[in-house]
Amino acid sequence: MKSLASLALVLFLAGCEGRHNWLAGAGEEARSVETLFWVLLAGAAVIWTLVIGAATYAHRAEAKPEREQEARRFIIWGGVALPVLVVGGLLIWGLLILRDITADDGALTVRVDGERWWWRVIYDTPEGPVTTANEIRLPLGERALFRLTADDVIHSFWVPALGGKMDMIPGRETTLALTPRELGNWGGLCAEFCGGAHALMRFDAIVMEPEAFDAWLAHEAQPAQVAEGDAGFAVFDEEGCGACHTIRGTEAQGPVGPDLTHLASRDKLGAGIYDMTADNMARWITDTHEMKPDIDMPAYPGLQGERLDALVTFLMSLE
Amino acid sequence: MTEEIDLSKLPPAEPYDKARDEAQRARLMKVWETPTGWRRISAVNNSSVGKWYLLTSFAFFTFAGFLALLIRAQLAVPNNDLLSQSLYNQLFTLHGTAMMFLFAVPIFEAVAILILPEILGARDLPFPRLSAFGYWCFLIGGIFVCGSVFFGVAPDGGWFMYAPLSSNPDYSGLGADIWLLGLSFIEVSSIAAAVELIVGVLKSRPPGMRLNLIPLYCWYVLVVAGMILFAFPPLIAGDLLLEMERAFDWAFFDPDRGGDPLLWQHLFWIFGHPEVYIIFLPSIALIATILPTFAGRPMVGHSWIVLSAVGVAFLSFGLWVHHMFTTGLPEISLSFFSAASEAVAVPTGIQIFCFIATMLVSKVRRSVPMLFAGGALAIFVFGGLTGVMVALVPFDWQAHDSYFVVAHLHYTLIGGMLFPLFAGVHYWYPFVTQKRMSDRLGRWSFWLMFGGFNLAFLPMHWTGVMGMPRRVWTYDVTDGWAVLNMVSTIGAFIFAAGFVVLAVNVLWPRGKAPLVERNLWNAGTMEWSAEVPDKPWGVRSIPYIHTRYPLWEQKELLGEMDRGEWFLPDAEEGKRELIITDILDARPLYVQRVGGPSYLTIGAAFCLGAVFILATFHLWTLTLLFGAGFVGFTLWWLWTGTSEIPEKPEKPAGRGLVLPTYAQGNSSPGWWAVFITMTGDMTAFMGLVFSYFFYWTALPDFLPGAAKLPGFGWLLLGLALLLAGWVTALAARERLAGGSTGQAMGLLVGGVPLAALGIGAWCWAAWSAGLDPTETSFDATVWVLILWLGLHLLLDAVMRLYVAARIWRGRCTPRYRADCVNLTLFTHFLALTAVVTFALLALFPMLMGGM
Repeated sequence: MKSLASLALVLFLAGCEGRHNWLAGAGEEARSVETLFWVLLAGAAVIWTLVIGAATYAHRAEAKPEREQEARRFIIWGGVALPVLVVGGLLIWGLLILRDITADDGALTVRVDGERWWWRVIYDTPEGPVTTANEIRLPLGERALFRLTADDVIHSFWVPALGGKMDMIPGRETTLALTPRELGNWGGLCAEFCGGAHALMRFDAIVMEPEAFDAWLAHEAQPAQVAEGDAGFAVFDEEGCGACHTIRGTEAQGPVGPDLTHLASRDKLGAGIYDMTADNMARWITDTHEMKPDIDMPAYPGLQGERLDALVTFLMSLE
Repeated sequence: MTEEIDLSKLPPAEPYDKARDEAQRARLMKVWETPTGWRRISAVNNSSVGKWYLLTSFAFFTFAGFLALLIRAQLAVPNNDLLSQSLYNQLFTLHGTAMMFLFAVPIFEAVAILILPEILGARDLPFPRLSAFGYWCFLIGGIFVCGSVFFGVAPDGGWFMYAPLSSNPDYSGLGADIWLLGLSFIEVSSIAAAVELIVGVLKSRPPGMRLNLIPLYCWYVLVVAGMILFAFPPLIAGDLLLEMERAFDWAFFDPDRGGDPLLWQHLFWIFGHPEVYIIFLPSIALIATILPTFAGRPMVGHSWIVLSAVGVAFLSFGLWVHHMFTTGLPEISLSFFSAASEAVAVPTGIQIFCFIATMLVSKVRRSVPMLFAGGALAIFVFGGLTGVMVALVPFDWQAHDSYFVVAHLHYTLIGGMLFPLFAGVHYWYPFVTQKRMSDRLGRWSFWLMFGGFNLAFLPMHWTGVMGMPRRVWTYDVTDGWAVLNMVSTIGAFIFAAGFVVLAVNVLWPRGKAPLVERNLWNAGTMEWSAEVPDKPWGVRSIPYIHTRYPLWEQKELLGEMDRGEWFLPDAEEGKRELIITDILDARPLYVQRVGGPSYLTIGAAFCLGAVFILATFHLWTLTLLFGAGFVGFTLWWLWTGTSEIPEKPEKPAGRGLVLPTYAQGNSSPGWWAVFITMTGDMTAFMGLVFSYFFYWTALPDFLPGAAKLPGFGWLLLGLALLLAGWVTALAARERLAGGSTGQAMGLLVGGVPLAALGIGAWCWAAWSAGLDPTETSFDATVWVLILWLGLHLLLDAVMRLYVAARIWRGRCTPRYRADCVNLTLFTHFLALTAVVTFALLALFPMLMGGM
């Protein structure tokens, strides 16, 4: 028992870290489920102990045929009354929470479109839409409304630390409200199996102070600063990268892949899976399918030496 | 007729005569003998087929379990490269698919085929060849689906195959076709078994076993087989739509053409949720049978348990949407389905508390089966409690598609299904082999599996809370899931070790071990009446049953049966005979003759398997050829093995009872089989109707303008012709009964062109209105409804010609006309299908257009 208890403790402590933890308390919606979770867990432990205790006692006890009437009462109380009361109460509580965590407006509206296997992110601002990808920044304490769509197959949008998930379904728009309560870089995941690289469809959900967020969004709305005759951009252009990717402020306006205008300002590369470093960027271009199998982007193994360096330097300058 | 016979006041049996007894035994033995050597595969009796079914299911379980170990090995450490992304996606899809479709459901059928007739004190099920056919379908289909992984083309879209991932050939390859066609084929065998088991419980009970005396196990079988009948057809309808989209680009799930990916989810989960209870209830049935034996007394709350099982079955059809809580449904639907999901706790709770109450009032004997039953309770109750959690919408929004749900579903299935099944394996092993398993190994396997299971799956709840989504083949060390996953992997391997011990215990050769004594557990149910060593005939004579636990409450029964003092103690005519009784009171109705060993069923299953497999590869010519082969084998089987005209109209069945040797209409099992099969068929059709109305509610412009609607006049003409065809079948039945065989044949054959013209008019109506199934979901729905009816009319034509030929050859006569009666029953359903289709194609659009 002691070793079991210490194992449980280790597991519990391991569970308190992690950026995908439901119980991190980082969002309003996650917090309301957190209370529910602990009550349910405690209740389940009590009921399980009672039922298994009763069964163990009954198995060991001597025969008492005269107690048949008592046994029938036991069935009615344990099998009917107890479940009706418990699940009835829980149902009402659950529906009240549901009412609290659903909303159809927010201080901020973010459109997220699920693609195989990355996220197209569009902030609706009074000045017009601002497009980015694979990273979502949110202001602390303000409710954000996510309008979720999918282009190809069903995905599901989930930032466990902030709140529940919602599916993204081709042909429909679903919504999800999240209200961040803790600063930090929380993990976002695709929760619905979407084929191939589903496991590698991640994003960062970064909660910032509202002023910092406003500054970030204003910067994100700006076009990229690309120097005239930039050697790296020349490679980008020659290799046809602009057919799929957009870099606002240049002639690269491809709508297929992620928007790269401020690529280097993101924390992660490849939809939340690799650190944004020059080395990773180079490998991403030459060994694309080893970095992330099955994706549509072609690999450029022939791109080496100076040209690769120039392209990587250019991309890493897109802040 | 036998209505006036009071079974409790039959004349006494004749005095025992040793020579007569031995002669009767010899004749029974000759009739019921199982073929030996390689001819053994032609066996059809329930003890052979049931054993094969059981071993095959466990083979697929072992295979799927091995896949699980590979999955766990891959996840043991972060960033592992043991398996590739593509292989991992195939493995988890195949693991779920095989466990659900090739193990959990078939094992129910296997166990039921093996023990149901014996618990009912019957010699066999009413359609032994159908059981054998179902088994061969299952074997062929299962090997096809599982074998695909060795060619790297296994299904890889997850076991619930969501569209558009599965519907669009750009996103999913051959694997999706293998899944759809391979499993449709296996679903056919599941439905065949369901029909067999329903008719078995309703019509093959021993004389006297009224409804209130039916053993709990048989009640559960009836409920579960009924659920299969209503749950599998919607999935077959969904499979049809999905495969039509994949193979011919019909627009059902593509939102750009008015399709809707959510339709698949509805059709899948209307099947998928009852499926959970289809798996769970039969195992609870095993506990409900084992527990009274070791408690040494009848179950407390027998009727409560029966009502709860029926209640669970009803509720299970009303809560499929809880698998879809995160699809953005309105709050009102979420609330309704959340409440329905929670409500299941009540009937489930009643069953568990009845078990505990039974133990409370008795002294329970310790045994390995009870050890497994206890482990099952501990695991299942925990799974049930997490089920209460995930049925709450806000909780589910976090837990859904995370490892919390993976843990939850394994707790319910392994606690609710696998452990009770293993209890059953230990309990009935002596029934099947007449040897005992080792208790010592039994306890070892239990503790290894129980410990390993909890070590693997208890931490998994926490992995889910830590935010790990299901179906990911890799994760990063920074995610913080590494320790938990390593623990789960260790647990999984310990669990597997426990299963190996169990397998050794089962398969250990015990040739020299002594035979067990008869009824070694001192059970009260009839299957333990089997003699040791056992005989292929099941029961020496079919007893009169007037108690719930006959071996406890009818003390003289065993001796009476053995001496051949009850019904059908002999096989004078050299035929396999069963007693068919009526549904409510189990009054004996007639003596049914069933088919013996046959290769026709294997031929039919092989051809049907080839049809599904070849269609996967779009080899249409060969598909058609094997389709013809299937029809040929099936007709040959029916021609030689069913509705045979008896050599005498009635025969003495023992104890002064004289029973007819032929039946038609609703006293014959054949009529019931047609009725039940067609109920399932109508359910599949209702799946298509559901799709129609789903589109109509989901898409404001689903119905096109009047110009794009199929022509009303042609539809009306078609309906008139189709109904005229139906009338010819009714008239044929009447003329045949009136003695005019020539007119009957003419009417039957004459109905074929009427049906062809009718469906032709409907095709023209759709064609001339320019309906193209690849254009919009409306066009595709209209065409699939016409296709559905057309396929049924094709079957109708074959059956009409078959019955006409039977009349011509004198195998179906004015007096013995079951074939013609059953055909008419089939055409009633056909007429109903035609009328509903007409309403959808012609009336409903007109009504909506007018509003």
